[in-house]
Amino acid sequence: MSYQKSTFRHPKLALNDLGLTQQAYEGPLSTLCAGCGHDSIGGAIIQACHELSLPPHRIAKLSGIGCSSKAPTYFLNKAHGFNSVHGRMPSIATGANMANRDLVYVGMSGDGDSAAIGLGQFAHVVRRRLNMLYIVANNGVYGLTKGQTSATSDRGSKSKGGEENLLEGFDLATMALQLGATFVARSFSGDREQLIPLLKAALSHQGFAFIDIISPCVTFNNHGGSTKSYDYVRDHVQTASVTDFIPVKEEIISACPVGKTCRDICLHDGSIIRLQNVGESYNPENRQEAITAIEQCKAEGEILTGLLYLDHKAEDLHKVLETTSKPLNTLAESALCPGNDVLSVINDSFR
Amino acid sequence: MPKIKSINEFVIRFANVNGTGSASANLMFAKSLFRMGIPVSPRNIFPSNIQGMPTWYEVRVSEKGYLGRRGGGADIVVAMNSQSLPQDMRNVLPGGYFLYDSTKPLDPQLQRKDVNIIGIPISEICLREYEDPRQRQLFKNVIYVGALAALLNIEFDVLKSMVADQFKGKEKLIIPNIYALELGHQAASIQYDCPLDISVKRINSTHNHIMIDGNTATGLGAVYGGATVVGWYPITPSTSVVENFMKYSQRLRIDPATGKKNYAAVQAEDELAAIGIAIGAAWNGARAFTATSGPGISLMTEFLGLAYFAEVPIVLINVQRAGPSTGMPTRTQQSDILACAYASHGDTKHVLLFPSSPKECFDMTAEAFDLAERLQTPVILMSDLELGMNDHMSDELNWDDSRRYDRGKVLKAKQLDKLEEFGRYLDVDNDGICYRTYPGAHPEIGAFFTRGTSRDRYAIYSEQGDVYVDNVDRLNRKFKTASQLIPAPEITITGKTNKAGLIYYGTTSAAIQETLDILEAKGLQVDTLRIRAFPFSEEVEAFIDAHEQLFVIEQNRDGQLRTLLVNELEIHPKKLIKVLHYDGLPITARFISTQVSEHLQDSSSKPSTKTVESR
Repeated sequence: MSYQKSTFRHPKLALNDLGLTQQAYEGPLSTLCAGCGHDSIGGAIIQACHELSLPPHRIAKLSGIGCSSKAPTYFLNKAHGFNSVHGRMPSIATGANMANRDLVYVGMSGDGDSAAIGLGQFAHVVRRRLNMLYIVANNGVYGLTKGQTSATSDRGSKSKGGEENLLEGFDLATMALQLGATFVARSFSGDREQLIPLLKAALSHQGFAFIDIISPCVTFNNHGGSTKSYDYVRDHVQTASVTDFIPVKEEIISACPVGKTCRDICLHDGSIIRLQNVGESYNPENRQEAITAIEQCKAEGEILTGLLYLDHKAEDLHKVLETTSKPLNTLAESALCPGNDVLSVINDSFR
Repeated sequence: MPKIKSINEFVIRFANVNGTGSASANLMFAKSLFRMGIPVSPRNIFPSNIQGMPTWYEVRVSEKGYLGRRGGGADIVVAMNSQSLPQDMRNVLPGGYFLYDSTKPLDPQLQRKDVNIIGIPISEICLREYEDPRQRQLFKNVIYVGALAALLNIEFDVLKSMVADQFKGKEKLIIPNIYALELGHQAASIQYDCPLDISVKRINSTHNHIMIDGNTATGLGAVYGGATVVGWYPITPSTSVVENFMKYSQRLRIDPATGKKNYAAVQAEDELAAIGIAIGAAWNGARAFTATSGPGISLMTEFLGLAYFAEVPIVLINVQRAGPSTGMPTRTQQSDILACAYASHGDTKHVLLFPSSPKECFDMTAEAFDLAERLQTPVILMSDLELGMNDHMSDELNWDDSRRYDRGKVLKAKQLDKLEEFGRYLDVDNDGICYRTYPGAHPEIGAFFTRGTSRDRYAIYSEQGDVYVDNVDRLNRKFKTASQLIPAPEITITGKTNKAGLIYYGTTSAAIQETLDILEAKGLQVDTLRIRAFPFSEEVEAFIDAHEQLFVIEQNRDGQLRTLLVNELEIHPKKLIKVLHYDGLPITARFISTQVSEHLQDSSSKPSTKTVESR
């Protein structure tokens, strides 16, 4: 590579429970455009994984094709990654998860990868309740092929050349809700404070966690008239709830800020998601209300972000399929091969 | 009136209506002959339909052990479908028998002077004996089997034991079924002089054999081969591969302590996802497979290219059917050879295995997992509808309990600890096969990015020409290594002449002994080569070199294996004569021997291919 990332870090960088600094979660220097939202997402993933003290090598990074799908190269260097084919990351993730249920699966996709060529696979991995974090870095545009409009581009949004998008844009968060996702959030790559607790909560969720992250494309979709530019998104963000993530081992000492109402949701591992309600009565445990709230915001030209829906009692695909608790990739002949005596009984059934 | 006379050497064809429960009665007939020690080969010739369309079941009974389809008409037709009566009557050979339900008289226009008509009032018997309309329908099938028992001299005790086995667990049904057999037997014995001139007689030629379909054997092969993850999407004729894998896994792959499953079967949304699931699982260190047919292969090609280039070891079962496009979904062909050998864009090549019997389906499926992991590449088992969906007389399945799975070159944490440097695509052993790691294996060493893009020996993305060439040339080296590991061809040399040889593969095998006997009777001797895998090994090349003329026998229109031989071994095309059968029914010895003998006897004036009436 022509550009090398400096390995120099502050000598007193914070250590996590594994004794690792954040550096242990980084990747090589990004080749994405300077200022690309996707790199902010990568940075947030690095911080979230570090703070959660996930062993970096026990994470698997999966992606399809596109700028978003290149992004996993630039974080979690000690994790295996699989950059598969366009729109098919969900099936790769499914197989990988079936083979080893003990790893943490982070799928990184984009709006072209998930809302167009991969819409079918996206829908079915949601329905399948795969235990994974599925991120869509959503910029409304095809970056690698230089600026074509994507299926999440809002109707009326203008391309860099000034052309108006005349077709309806998909809202992947609404779709995920309808398809049965058990954790649905939306965030903005420019809002690390919101994004990091959401990532931590999603990584701790047992089941399918989806985060639609609006991640502006600085090169092809960051102009006036675009509804996915930094300026537009900043001006139109509404927050469903401010989320704080409290890991299992930490005592809840911080009180709810004065004048706010707080709601704590306990995840399966004992960690807690604390929500400070900004709106009057947003209930993130009600699927129908979540869909209504998203639609209402959209009708007002606003973008609803934050934790939109959570079913903390969710079951994942392994539970549905009743697979053994041991990772399937560790089973040896003794557990897999029934042996010749059984085969002779089978032979007898075919005489 | 001429009458065909034969003991243990004939073809019987059942004409039924799809969805009326005839299949199990017909199987009972075939299996009872098998239990009398007589070789049989039943074939279901069925429509792509659930209920109402005509369906046929043809059983070749052959003491000589000729188990390929005979071709020509049938010696006996059991005509139980009023829709297809004219066609079924035409199908009877002169001197043959036509058994029909005489409750309704046979249209005089259908009568043939050279056919012996046997009328049994089956519907009338059912109407008299049964109240329930469903029973009236189902027992019709059992009654004609009972009638055939009398007419053909099938041992009644054998039939009774068949019924007892068929209804194990549903004992209440045994007596009514035996009663229905007796009704048929009685009706035929009273009306006709039994047995007919065509009949069966107990011999001892099925010892140590089983009757099993290829897809069941393939599913079992995947269980024994240690597959733990299957992604699948239903498609005829491959569906029962996965269904059987799941059926046997539910019994044999349950963790005794917890009752949980030691496998995961995921029904995908399409074939793309099905193979994607297999690839994801194999990447993560599980033995994984998928099964498909025809259109499914087309859909899987992009992912096959990824698995080839990213070097992920999956097993793909292709139960071939007649293409192109939807083609004839319920008819057989060997027409995906080129599509599979070179599946996907760019320079790709895949390892193919060609099973010819259920026993080989079992063995090769289990072996496919070893080969895939040893070679870190997809291995495709090229079965077909004829093999997969029909019952065949097969050698027993067996498993060597001392056998260990070959998981290939995988570095575990301890080995990684001792390693100075890890490069995923370093060809350390100079055989084209590199060392891989499973995700999560080691905290510091061994992680890499798997990708479908070009990369260097350390798995780093690269668009440099020399790096790319280094990588794809190594993949070619690996393919060369593959040719030494795959199943060897089966060669027979008559020793009498070195002039002509037959090259064949897969289900054509069933017709070969009969072909050789027909040719021998004409004074023609040929050597044979049965190809069992691709890439072609040196033995294949040597066999071709040693013969002047070779007939490449295939069940497709374009001579696809021949193209592969010409292309891969640089054989002069003129040396390889096409013998092609592609109407969707299994190839016959009559067809092959006619083509070969005409060519051998007068090779100068004949074109290399000729259409011969196969039925």
